[in-house]
Amino acid sequence: MLVFLPVSLEEAFDAFEQCPDAHFLAGGTDFMVEVNFALRRPPAVVCLRRVEELQGWRVEGSEVVLGAGITYTELLAPRLGELLPGLAQASRTVGSPQIRNAGTVGGNLGTASPAGDSLPVLAALDAKIVVASKHGRRSLELADLIVGPKRTTLAPGEVIVEVRVPAALGSQQFLKVGTRNAMVIAVANVALVADWAGRSVRCALGSVGPVVIRAREAEEFISARIDWEGRTPPSDGDLAEFTALVRSAARPIDDHRSTADYRRHSVGVCAERALGRVFSGDNREASERTSWAS
Amino acid sequence: MGELIDYQLRVNGRERDVAEAWLGESLLYVLRERLGLPGSKNACEQGECGSCSVLMDGKLVCSCMVLAASAVGSDIVTVEGLGDGDDGLSDIQAAFVAEGGVQCGFCTPGFVVSVHDLLEHNPDPTELEVREAVSGNLCRCTGYGRILAAVKAAQETRRG
Repeated sequence: MLVFLPVSLEEAFDAFEQCPDAHFLAGGTDFMVEVNFALRRPPAVVCLRRVEELQGWRVEGSEVVLGAGITYTELLAPRLGELLPGLAQASRTVGSPQIRNAGTVGGNLGTASPAGDSLPVLAALDAKIVVASKHGRRSLELADLIVGPKRTTLAPGEVIVEVRVPAALGSQQFLKVGTRNAMVIAVANVALVADWAGRSVRCALGSVGPVVIRAREAEEFISARIDWEGRTPPSDGDLAEFTALVRSAARPIDDHRSTADYRRHSVGVCAERALGRVFSGDNREASERTSWAS
Repeated sequence: MGELIDYQLRVNGRERDVAEAWLGESLLYVLRERLGLPGSKNACEQGECGSCSVLMDGKLVCSCMVLAASAVGSDIVTVEGLGDGDDGLSDIQAAFVAEGGVQCGFCTPGFVVSVHDLLEHNPDPTELEVREAVSGNLCRCTGYGRILAAVKAAQETRRG
């Protein structure tokens, strides 16, 4: 038996013990591209799609706990979308309905592409990622899980099981630049959270570096300048400085999808708009903003 | 190629045997090359074009992105499983014919499956919802106008 279809984590760990060179498979939308193009020849596969512990989501106190097997389509459903608006906006820009029905948050983390759309949102929300193996569980920050392009600190036999994020935290925005609004891999993407209670802005940049980048200097600058009581929009000068700091935090490269210069430019535009929308009360549904007909 | 595996898939309501298959074969490959179901088309093999769209456990997916051996125990419906009319066509297929939503025809099965899925879950979509529902299906001939007209026609026929 070379393909395992476990229904519990315990069965998944047992399968891995039998076949230590097996690949853990989530939605397949990255993995199968590599297999179809003969870039990967898996000796064995442990499919996680039916593992009970990875399904669904729940609220625990002020946190939402997402099973790693949750799909982008599930993240778009109204109730979860209200609790995690940034993640819903990001999910809506992923692929097509077909891809969103298959792709999962756990898979996005495991693939660790610099362009993964859920990753900036998880970084901006300071998500905790819970991974487990036969030998126990541990909880990690995103920056300690993903350490390079397609490189994670997952140990052999470790599975991403849960993602824990604060529920309905402040105002959240996700913006993405690509060649069209559907079926596009990000040239640049940005997640921004304005935490009104905590009086801080958090801003994470994707596709402009080997891993997701938190624009810490930009965050600190704008957090200190914002009128948190009055919620008045930042001045043009502050907005310009914020945008410049975001651009200087980016570490983009030239590749087949974009030039580094364009990436640096567009990540600034996205961050500037995201911050503007937080204050303009622009609460239009992500559907209006991201539809290709708009 | 490594060891070969045997398994069964439930496709269009029938249990089908897959014998001596390489474990990395996609569902699309198995449907077309092993089970004699060439309706799902093979183009990009990377989830971009939608011409291989099928329903797996009631969810629209690209069959090129599904590891076939992982679909054991799932209900798979291909374009071949959708026809129900006297002429073997579903109402959506008939609407594509009537509205001229088919030119070279290569993308058509994928569109038909996507539109079936859409109208199943949302019987009265807006044009924007239709456009988004087929955003993962590429057509290089029609410019989409006649395809959207076919969806509208099928929608109106169902509404009665």
